[in-house]
Amino acid sequence: MIEVMFFGQFKDATGVSSIMVEEVANTDMLIQMMKKRYPALESSTYMIAVNNAMVTENTIIRHGSKVAFMPPFSGG
Amino acid sequence: MNQTIQYERYQRQLILKGFGMAGQQKLQQARVLVIGAGGLGCPIVQYLVAAGVGHIGLADHDKVSLSNLHRQVVFGTEDIDSYKVDVVNRKMFSLNSDVDISTWNERWTQQHCLQHFPDYDVIVDATDNFASRYLINDACVLLGKPFVFGAVSQFDGQVAVFNQSQTDGSRSVNYRDLFPLPPANGEILNCAEGGVLGVLPGTIGTMQATEAIKLITGLGTTLSNRLWNYNALTQEVFIMQLVSNPVSLQYMPSSEEQFIATDYEWLCGIPQKGIKEIDVLEWKQNFLDHLFVDIREPHEMPRLDTLCSSLGLEWMALPLSGLENNLSCLKDRNVVFVCQAGMRSLMAANMLMKASPDASVFSLKGGVLGLAEKSII
Repeated sequence: MIEVMFFGQFKDATGVSSIMVEEVANTDMLIQMMKKRYPALESSTYMIAVNNAMVTENTIIRHGSKVAFMPPFSGG
Repeated sequence: MNQTIQYERYQRQLILKGFGMAGQQKLQQARVLVIGAGGLGCPIVQYLVAAGVGHIGLADHDKVSLSNLHRQVVFGTEDIDSYKVDVVNRKMFSLNSDVDISTWNERWTQQHCLQHFPDYDVIVDATDNFASRYLINDACVLLGKPFVFGAVSQFDGQVAVFNQSQTDGSRSVNYRDLFPLPPANGEILNCAEGGVLGVLPGTIGTMQATEAIKLITGLGTTLSNRLWNYNALTQEVFIMQLVSNPVSLQYMPSSEEQFIATDYEWLCGIPQKGIKEIDVLEWKQNFLDHLFVDIREPHEMPRLDTLCSSLGLEWMALPLSGLENNLSCLKDRNVVFVCQAGMRSLMAANMLMKASPDASVFSLKGGVLGLAEKSII
C-alpha cells in the first residue's frame, strides 16, 4: 500500500488528510489516479514529495511509500 | 543606535551556549527587512526587536482593521484606521528603543526592491498574496539575498529559508523551485476567503523570526533546502527536503530589466480587465433579477438562504470546485456570482463569461463579507 497525504486546501478538495491506495508504479500514474478520484485536483497547482523528498519528475514509488500533495499557500 | 549592549536586557540569551556576546553583537549589527506587517509580520518584528536586531525595515501599505485583531496582536482597537507600520514602529520603540526601525506605508514594487534590498542582510517574506511573494522571491534571487518564507492556510502553515548561500558557493532553493508559476487567480484562498485560526500566523511568524536569528548568528541549522509544514489541528510537523527544479529557471527574470518588466499582479491574476464587478448597493438596486449563485463550499458560513428568500431572489449554491462541470446549467443566464470576499467569484465570472459571452455576468465585490459589512445579512 501507499499512503497519499494532502496538505492545505487539498484537504477540503478531497475531504481527507490522507488515504491508502494500492501499489502504483510511479508518481505520474498516481497523479492521474488522484485527479480521476478528486476532480478538484485537475486544474490545481501542486508539488509532490515521495518519502519527504520533493520530486520534479516522474518518480518510482516503492511499496510502503508516503506521497505528499502540497498546494502553494498565500496567507499571512 | 546605542552601541553598548545592555547586559541585563539580553542576559537570558547571552548566557546561552554558542550565543554569548558574539551572537548579540551579530544581531546588533544586522539589518533585517520584513515585508508585511500583518499576521506574520507582527510576531516577526516583535521577536526581532526584543532580541536586539540593530536595524529593521518594515513595509506594509495597509491600515489596521477590526478583522485583523484576532490574529495581529500588536494592534489594539484604538489603532483601527492607522497605518500598521506606524503603530508597530511606536509600540516597538517602547519594547526596545535600541532598535532602529525604518518604515514604508506603501505597496512595494520592483523599484523598492532594487533600491532597498542591497541595504539588508536578511529579507523576511510576511506578505499575504502571491504577487508579493513572487516579487520578493525574484528580487532576492537576482540580488543574492537570503530570505525567510512563511505562509498560512486555514489550519496549516509552512516556513523555509530560501536562497541562502551554501558552503559550496551555490544558493539554496527558492520558491520558484517549488512552484515555478503562481496558481490561477482564485485557486488558492487567502485569509479573507478561506479563514485562518488566529494563533496560527503567530506560530508561523515566530518560526520565521527563529530562522532569521539563526541566519544572522549562525546558530543551528536553518530550514535551507527544507520546507517545514505544520498543522495546528493535529500538531503534526512534516518536513520536506527540497531540490532545485530546472523548470524554475525558465520563469526567473535573469536581469534587472527583465525583473522590472515582469508584471507580478498580472502574473498572479489580480483582477483582469473585462470582468465586471458590482458592489453591494449596485446589486441591490439593479441586478436582483439576475440568478444569484453562491460559489462557496457547503461548509462556508453564513449561508444565504434567509437573505435570498427575503429578497425573493432566484438563487442557487454551486461550489466553485464543481462549477466547471456544471457550467452548462448557467449557459446564457444572467448571473451574479458571490463568494466569501469577492476573489473566487471573479474566477467564476471569468469561467462563465468564456462559456456564454453574450450573457450579463457579474462578480459581487466584497462577497458575503461585504454584505455583512453593509448589514444586509
